[in-house]
Amino acid sequence: MKKFYYLKSNKKNLKIFILLGFILIFTSILDVILKSSLGINLTSFLPNTINFLFPLIIGSIGFYFLRFEYTGIKNLDLLNKNINTNDFNAILTLLIIFVLIITVPPSLNWLIFEATISGETKESCTGEGACWTFIKIWFRRIIYGMYPDEHHWRINISFIALIVLAFVGYFTGNKLRKYLPLYYIIIYPIIAFLFIYYLISGGSFGLVWIDTGSWGGLSLTFIVAFFCLIFCFPIGMILALARRSDLPTTRYISISFIEFWRGVPLITVLFMASVMFPMFLPDDLFIDKLIRVIIAISLFEAAYVAEVIRGGLQALPRGQYDAAKSLGMGYWKMHIFVILPQALKFVIPGIANTFLALVKDTPLIFVVGLADFVGMITMAKANPNWLGFVMEGYIFAAIIFWIICYAMSNYSQKLELKYKTDK
Amino acid sequence: MIMKSKIPAYLLFFIGTLDLIYKLFFGAIFEPDSDFYYEYVRPFVTFTPFIFFAIGGVFLKEYRVNNTLEIYGTTKFNYYTPQFFVFLFTILIFVFFIYNAQVNMDTRGIQFGFDFLRQEASFDVNFSLIEYDGSHSYGRVYFVGLINTLLVAVTSIIICTIIGVVVGVARLSPNYLIRKVAGWYVEFFRNIPLVVQIFFWYFAALRTMPLPQNTEPFFGSFFLSIKGFYTPSFLWNNLDIFIYSLIFALISIIFIKKYSDKLRAQEGKQIPVLYISLSLIIILPLLSFLLGGSSFEIEKPVLKKLAKTSYIFEGGLRIPPEFIALVLALSLYTATFVAECVRAGIEGISKGQKEAAASIGLNRKQILNLIVMPQALRIIIPPTTNQYLNLTKNSSLAALIAYPDLVLVFAGTALMQTGRAIEIIMIVMFTYLSISLLISLGMNWYNKKMAIKEK
Repeated sequence: MKKFYYLKSNKKNLKIFILLGFILIFTSILDVILKSSLGINLTSFLPNTINFLFPLIIGSIGFYFLRFEYTGIKNLDLLNKNINTNDFNAILTLLIIFVLIITVPPSLNWLIFEATISGETKESCTGEGACWTFIKIWFRRIIYGMYPDEHHWRINISFIALIVLAFVGYFTGNKLRKYLPLYYIIIYPIIAFLFIYYLISGGSFGLVWIDTGSWGGLSLTFIVAFFCLIFCFPIGMILALARRSDLPTTRYISISFIEFWRGVPLITVLFMASVMFPMFLPDDLFIDKLIRVIIAISLFEAAYVAEVIRGGLQALPRGQYDAAKSLGMGYWKMHIFVILPQALKFVIPGIANTFLALVKDTPLIFVVGLADFVGMITMAKANPNWLGFVMEGYIFAAIIFWIICYAMSNYSQKLELKYKTDK
Repeated sequence: MIMKSKIPAYLLFFIGTLDLIYKLFFGAIFEPDSDFYYEYVRPFVTFTPFIFFAIGGVFLKEYRVNNTLEIYGTTKFNYYTPQFFVFLFTILIFVFFIYNAQVNMDTRGIQFGFDFLRQEASFDVNFSLIEYDGSHSYGRVYFVGLINTLLVAVTSIIICTIIGVVVGVARLSPNYLIRKVAGWYVEFFRNIPLVVQIFFWYFAALRTMPLPQNTEPFFGSFFLSIKGFYTPSFLWNNLDIFIYSLIFALISIIFIKKYSDKLRAQEGKQIPVLYISLSLIIILPLLSFLLGGSSFEIEKPVLKKLAKTSYIFEGGLRIPPEFIALVLALSLYTATFVAECVRAGIEGISKGQKEAAASIGLNRKQILNLIVMPQALRIIIPPTTNQYLNLTKNSSLAALIAYPDLVLVFAGTALMQTGRAIEIIMIVMFTYLSISLLISLGMNWYNKKMAIKEK
């Protein structure tokens, strides 16, 4: 043991230990790089197991030499404090570095450097990498579904208009600012519905009527997610209020409604909307499948939104209710002007999470035969001319969804900071 | 002249209700046969009950403004009227749906009932833990699906808990790299829809696995091929004796633990519970082998040639690729949420607690085991149970990749064959609902048990 003690790094010969440590670490990293990307095994003379563990052993010894309490060298101290606190951490650090070295270059190669995007057919994909030609050729279908090509401008115009209208809030003056909630909760959804009904669906003003069966792709995902977002919020709010109310009948009806929807999986809800629900309607009343699905998802998510809002209502101190009542406000005035604005501020993260879950749930409408974004890719991969590009398709879907969801969650965090009123 | 009585309001509400009931069940009272009517008048006629209600509401408001005394404080009126209307609407919606279902089923000649559960199912399920073939009944199909669902759920819950706890702790690690990698993992897997992940694992990742004849065995007799994962299986003799001995060992361990707790509380004595329980759980099953006559052989999967280019593994246990893909996707996805719960729980313990524990001389391990964890668990477990519940419900996505779970075999194949949409979907929903409610009941019990008992 005593002999080992001399090997422990001390400050007397600091430079030697630093040099030795870095040399060992770089040797281990170099060894892994050579093994993984060039296929050169410098230590093949060693027994198999030691050969395999060689970089790890060398690297951890290097980190051991580098470990000082305090040296005064800024970068070294930072290194020791952050990734080299003890043996276990050093080994984990090394493992992570090795895994990154082994996995990142091949995946980047596959994704970008050796990928093909030129050409029009399957045959142009000769490289080792991904075949983005597949996505390029099917791009319009993936975005617009089976919507006729010559009418794509209708979807484009409606979406651009809706996005522009959504940003009205940024440009309104202080005078009109108080009407913004009204605009976003009531007027904007109506405008959106009119756009989708008259422009995308058509059938009037000389536009060809296009059946909802041929809608699809990313645009359908957006339409479903958008309307479900709009509908589930007010329904959830009413349910939350009903669950908190003093009236037993409303309370129990709301509780059973919420618990029912929260207890069943969305897929059975969609089955119910597509298979069972038509049985519950009169013969002459036909509701389009898309609308049925939107209603089903909205009710489903409303139950979750209700629970989140209830959390906010419960977190509000009793004094707020009493103060509002003492000003002579009735039930609705009290809730609209005093309780809900504060309660909703509390639950912004929760609501954002629920909305995120909703967006991630929309691809499920595929099970009832509506081909959304993921559904279109699933259909494209089954096309006989384009067999064998499943990986590209789903990775593309994952990337797009990741961007959407990540943006949403980041935005919700910003919103949370913006509305944080206390302390 | 302002109305000062509530009679017109009640009258209008009454007329509105009658109108609504009539519209729901018999259609409009008066329907002239003209285009003008259908284009412009009918949409408004549909809404007449609500117009009645609205005008009634205005009258009521007038009345209440003139009798200000009644606005504040809960009067009988304020208490019963809203409840009556909510109740009425709910009942009306239910009656409307049931009435229509009755009419529709009558016209199609379908009877409502659960007798179909005893009929022969006559379709095969490719993965089942209990004995099943086409000659069994639809009731049996239900149990096959339910057990498959529970199997996926339980396996994924175990795996996601392990990954989640590791990642959650890693996110609080002092090591910068580990913290970042754990953070990337959570951000990455949380923001991709589960459907895409399941499709990716099943259609993209597992399809790159080799054909049975090209598989490389690892650890001797485990094979991962495109047809699934093959492991050696146990062939048991007298399995029941072994299981009884195991159960007996577990029960006695629980009793010993309780006894030792009592002893410690009353007399301050400590017994080595861990060693006793370990020896019990090893010795009792061993005894069942030596004396009880239970034994097992290991059956290894062997490659067998069926035709010129078609090979298959025989023997051993086959885990289908659907199951692997589903478990991978579910556990990797849910683990991100579990990790966040764990992180929140550990972060939720104030620093003062740890410092106080250190100041009375506990070491790091004791601080973690006796001070931090019991308190952190109180924060971690409720949201984590919620995630388990979500996982169980999400396991119904199995239907997308044809893993024979409850939704696929029962709400899919059985529904197509029998056409009993209402009954089958009701059964499936009721099943999931009862699983959820059972878990929430357990949760509430646990919460009550763990709640800080204030004196």
